[in-house]
Amino acid sequence: MNIRIKFKKYGVMKFIGHLDIMRYFQKCMRRAHIDIAYSEGFSPHQIMSFAAPLGVGITSDGEYLDIEVNSTLSSKESIDALNQVMVDGISILEYKKLPDMAKTSMSLVAAADYLVYIKDNYTNPFTLKELEEQMHAFYQQPEILITKKTKKSERVIDLKPFIYDMKAVEYNGKPAFFLKVCTGSSSNIKPELVIEEFYRFCEIPFEPLAFQIHRQEVYVSSEEIPVKGEHERAEYAEKLSLMKKEYAEKGLEFPAFFTLGELGEDIL
Amino acid sequence: MNQLALSDEILLSIDKPARYIGNEVNMIRKNPEDVSIRFAMCFPDVYEIGMSHLGIQILYDMFNKRDDVYCERVYSPWPDLHKIMKEQDISLFTLETQSPVKQMDFLGITIQYEMCYTNILQILDLSHIPFMATERTEDDPLVIGGGPCTYNPEPLADFFDLFYIGEGETQYDALFDLYNTMKAQGKNRQEFLREAAKLPGIYVPSLYEVTYQEDGTIASFQPKYPDIPTTIRKEIQMDVTDTTYPHKPLVPFIKATQDRVVLEIQRGCIRGCRFCQAGMIYRPVRERDVNMLKECAHDMLESTGHEEISLSSLSSSDYSQLPELINYLIDQKGNGVNISLPSLRIDAFSLDVMSKVQDIRKSSLTFAPEAGSQRLRNVINKGLTEEVILHGAGLAFEGGWQKVKLYFMLGLPTETEEDMKEIPRLGDKIARRYYEIPKEQRNGKCQITMSTSFFVPKPFTPFQWAPMCEKDEYLRRAKIVNTEMKEQLNRKSLKYNWHEADVTVLEGVLARGDRKIGQVLLKAYEKGCIFDSWSEFFDNDKWMEVFDECGISIAFYNLRTRSTDEILPWDFIDCGVTKSFLKREWERAQQEVVTPNCRMQCNACGAARFGGGVCLEHQN
Repeated sequence: MNIRIKFKKYGVMKFIGHLDIMRYFQKCMRRAHIDIAYSEGFSPHQIMSFAAPLGVGITSDGEYLDIEVNSTLSSKESIDALNQVMVDGISILEYKKLPDMAKTSMSLVAAADYLVYIKDNYTNPFTLKELEEQMHAFYQQPEILITKKTKKSERVIDLKPFIYDMKAVEYNGKPAFFLKVCTGSSSNIKPELVIEEFYRFCEIPFEPLAFQIHRQEVYVSSEEIPVKGEHERAEYAEKLSLMKKEYAEKGLEFPAFFTLGELGEDIL
Repeated sequence: MNQLALSDEILLSIDKPARYIGNEVNMIRKNPEDVSIRFAMCFPDVYEIGMSHLGIQILYDMFNKRDDVYCERVYSPWPDLHKIMKEQDISLFTLETQSPVKQMDFLGITIQYEMCYTNILQILDLSHIPFMATERTEDDPLVIGGGPCTYNPEPLADFFDLFYIGEGETQYDALFDLYNTMKAQGKNRQEFLREAAKLPGIYVPSLYEVTYQEDGTIASFQPKYPDIPTTIRKEIQMDVTDTTYPHKPLVPFIKATQDRVVLEIQRGCIRGCRFCQAGMIYRPVRERDVNMLKECAHDMLESTGHEEISLSSLSSSDYSQLPELINYLIDQKGNGVNISLPSLRIDAFSLDVMSKVQDIRKSSLTFAPEAGSQRLRNVINKGLTEEVILHGAGLAFEGGWQKVKLYFMLGLPTETEEDMKEIPRLGDKIARRYYEIPKEQRNGKCQITMSTSFFVPKPFTPFQWAPMCEKDEYLRRAKIVNTEMKEQLNRKSLKYNWHEADVTVLEGVLARGDRKIGQVLLKAYEKGCIFDSWSEFFDNDKWMEVFDECGISIAFYNLRTRSTDEILPWDFIDCGVTKSFLKREWERAQQEVVTPNCRMQCNACGAARFGGGVCLEHQN
């Protein structure tokens, strides 16, 4: 049985990198007596995968990991058991059963929401209104070209198609950025890249350490069939068309994304 | 959640910020206002090394069981952070509450190896505590040292207010009680130290006076006051079963050197190898009851979520209940628990166990013959014979192993060229044993790796009087081994590594140094020497400059054969084993005579007066 766990990462835990968070969760599963499945072979390891690695320094309200279990308690009991063994700075929010043959969250990730705000000890160059105007102007450009440097090469890419949404918001009474950007293994846009380019557009010096990046949610495309297997896929496709019909009947726009958590259901 | 001592800007600009934030699983949280004693426990090396140390885990747990003590941890900031802290004048802080170390009542430093001495000065410096104990005021923590290097604390005597000699389980309660009482009475630092010096195992260096002969050796070593003891006997926890042991050890976020549960199954060693300090100072051997160990193993695996458990002892095969313990742990393997078994003797039993808990193709067998020839093994009293090694290796090869690691020392007392050449010859014999297996039954080539370190004589061993060599001589010996290896039939299956010689020379000085070495340490630190045990930071030229500037002769410490009549800097410590036993062993070494181990025969080393452990087994 596959389980999708949603957790938040905050406080000092933002300094713990992705690989260490994986090792941390392996130990948590054992401490919380989650009946997690192990791979076969001489040195078995827990069957566990994370949706999208979070960089050091970034906090999040919407991290996902998938595990395979042999048996499980209810969602509530499992969340409680896991939260009993968590450290300050990580809390379990959801523990949901996935459909059989579910694809891993890692293969599904398509987008993520970020709140980016300026830390208290840095000055904020904008009022909310200014920020709204500037961001509008920035986003209205026909293309947003940046030079992406990798270890081997430099290439110019257009950021715009990867920015799904971008707006000014208020956070703690101060103007902040909201971004919905393309995320995942095929193409991944770091929010700081967008902010950096925005600052260049505004002709304001960019200080990377001035920003706290906070991931809010991680999404799968609503067009994606998140299961494997012919039968399962057909079943899901049918469900999807029913949903679309419902939305249409109510005159609502069908959402472009679902949260990763929406694909699972609570265990009662 | 705590405010961190370091800003985001700093933490995001340095390597592994997780070293400095605390918050680990099983970290103890207390309100500092609720305790009367705040204790900073320091391992003066990088976090990943320090977090792997069992002794600190034991004391951290034990101290925090007291409601009136809050014990927090401190490790050496890595050079990247060290630089920032110096530039920005940031005070060193504890991990738990991120408080300045300077605010603590005690700063306890465990001293595990000589090459961390400059890191101790780094800790004091970054904590804004004066280096010299005599310059400290009521605003400074009491700096207390413990661990194996305190069996010769003299090179560090200037920098510590007090040392705790021996095993930590026994006297800290009394020390804390005394501190509380005297603090309540409004007594000052000096008054406290004067009283503390009367507690068993506590050494307050400022209360002792050393005078020297013209040749630099010690003329006298005396307490300054009549009520201060002339000798300090090591503390020892005789009952290692009914005692404190952490059931909820800390679990670091980043991978520590020991990323596993560590279970100390016994203390001490029956073997009596003449170079080995641990084998002498932890006498007598005391075993923990197997039921206690099972319970500890279970609880620690449960509370940490670790997937691996390591049995810790100087010689695991000598633990009498080993099969029962291992079978218990193998039964737990159903839960995905791995077992790591260091210091096992290679025999049918251990090979059977290893084949159950390890992947044979990947793992290697380890032997520590320490010397290449039987003659020299007799000198050092290493009981391992060529026959045993070849038999063990043969069993292992037939069981599917192909890799063997062999550990040796060069520069042992009485070593000849012939002894050196026997090292690769032994490697070759093991390889020959492998190729005796019919070709179709073996799996390609074998791989025999021989490593040599250079011998450093340690206090409280029969070799404490022995001379060392100069750097070039060490390297010449390594070359002899290397050349001889190339002559061997199976040279293509042999590999030889040797250690740096610079560090060995320095380690020798620090291990058997006296109070005159303190100034060398201070100058070396001031010149920028830290993390000397890390080859990327060790700067031998700086050290050599300092010895010159201080007019201290390395030859005096390293190249002399000390007379057995000489007053050694550590003679005021009574480690249980008597000086006459050590002298006897030193003589027997020169006669190439082996001394039987403690289970075969009591050799009257002196440890029997502790009234327990292996010493009592003979009476049954």
